Amino acid sequence: MVGPLDKDSWLGASGKDWDIVLSSRVRLARNVAGVPFVGMASDPDRNEVVGMVRRIPMFAGSETDLIWLEMEDMSDRDRRMLVERHLISHQFADSTFPRGVAISKDQRLSVMVNEEDHLRIQTLEPGLALRDAFERVSEVRDEFESSIEFAFSPRWGFLTACPTNVGCGIRFSVMLHLPALRITDELGRVRQAAKDLDLAVRGYHGEGSESVGDFFQISNQITLGTSEEELLEDFLGAVVPQLVEYERHARNVLQEKRRVMLEDFVHRAHGTLLSARLLGIDEAIKLLSRLRIGRALDVVGSPDLSVIHRLLLNVQPAHLCALSGTDMEEGDDSLAARAEMVRKALG
Amino acid sequence: MEHKCDRCDKPAQVHEVRIKNGKKQEIHLCPECAAAEGYGSTGGPMAPQFAKAIPVPAQSQRRQITSCSTCGLSIAKFRHHGVLGCPSCYQAFEKHLEPLIARAQAGATHHCGHIPERQEGHMDRQLQRSKLLKKLNEAIAAEQYERAAEIRDSLQGLGGSILGEED
Repeated sequence: MVGPLDKDSWLGASGKDWDIVLSSRVRLARNVAGVPFVGMASDPDRNEVVGMVRRIPMFAGSETDLIWLEMEDMSDRDRRMLVERHLISHQFADSTFPRGVAISKDQRLSVMVNEEDHLRIQTLEPGLALRDAFERVSEVRDEFESSIEFAFSPRWGFLTACPTNVGCGIRFSVMLHLPALRITDELGRVRQAAKDLDLAVRGYHGEGSESVGDFFQISNQITLGTSEEELLEDFLGAVVPQLVEYERHARNVLQEKRRVMLEDFVHRAHGTLLSARLLGIDEAIKLLSRLRIGRALDVVGSPDLSVIHRLLLNVQPAHLCALSGTDMEEGDDSLAARAEMVRKALG
Repeated sequence: MEHKCDRCDKPAQVHEVRIKNGKKQEIHLCPECAAAEGYGSTGGPMAPQFAKAIPVPAQSQRRQITSCSTCGLSIAKFRHHGVLGCPSCYQAFEKHLEPLIARAQAGATHHCGHIPERQEGHMDRQLQRSKLLKKLNEAIAAEQYERAAEIRDSLQGLGGSILGEED
């Protein structure tokens, strides 16, 4: 059973620019030298990689902060919960290969073993905290490097199954909440800025997902010909501040010139959340997104952003099932359970 | 009429008619043999654009298309899935990958980031070895045999043979 996220998790704490930047993530892709990539490897190869990871000191020691979860032993619901927490990918949850994930007690660090690459090491921090996330991921990387030789070429850098990740094998990303840019019809500026800066824009659920509730995940696509530090500096010095500034400017415009419209938009959402008897997942996220900008701009005095963040997670199907103690398909029962949970949390 | 594959008995799905020196030659291949021969896959719905950008080779080049000798992945399979089979694929398919990676990476073709410590040592050793080899050749050319012997001992101290890395 996957434990609850505590107050120290990336979702429960606050961080810099938290009203706009929900979380910061750094992900490293690595492969073991001399072993075929996961898709081409045999099951004994894949099991050997799992064994190598589990033998390294940071996993094996009694003081370890990491919990190892064997994916084959987990229920589908628990796997979905880890996806909803952004600790593993959809692809990893659905794979049939021998695989496992190590997760730190604060659930800010996860190491997927045998995803597309042998190792996907990632850290998640609340707010704009890419440097903290990078430092933590680098520490873990060094631990691995002292025990495992990674596939590396002086020319191409770290060799990854998909050549688009080659080089540093690093992905910096931030989850942004940009509702004011949607209302003022300026999301085109974000897409243009992303295009100019070689960035990928994805939805709330990562690769291949649409934006729900105006949450956008922005990440670098370039991984070769530049150092990790330079990529980080670009993100922290230019990319994120520029996007945050766009959203902040749009929020100011709403407050100064369209205050009544903003209040109507937020209070309608709040009212529906407090009184609805049936709530679908997309509707719940959309309404919570509106409540979130209302709270950030003091249109409503409660609840705390952390309560809204927790709800954004708990309204998702696997969490909803776990919290209500049932295994419901999406239907009237789950819509009713979701609406009831939201009313209780906000009431 | 349904044709069978020229190489095995499975039903053929790739058909080609070639006219060479006035003679007609028909080629019929099943998908697996066609891929092995370097014929372009039509690709599944998930085949990434990245790998699909590899041009289907011209007829005259088809014989040059190779598979990775370490894991057996063919370039056709890579085009279809967009994922390589093993670290050696980067060497085997370097000529194909070079323009694709450069396009995806804003023109970059060389790593500038973190180097793992053990690789760092390896790269340092290589650099040191090439410097010592240069000095060794200079000492021999100048008939300074005592000095050459000292340099040879230093080279041996770095591990591997004097001619190069053994690992």
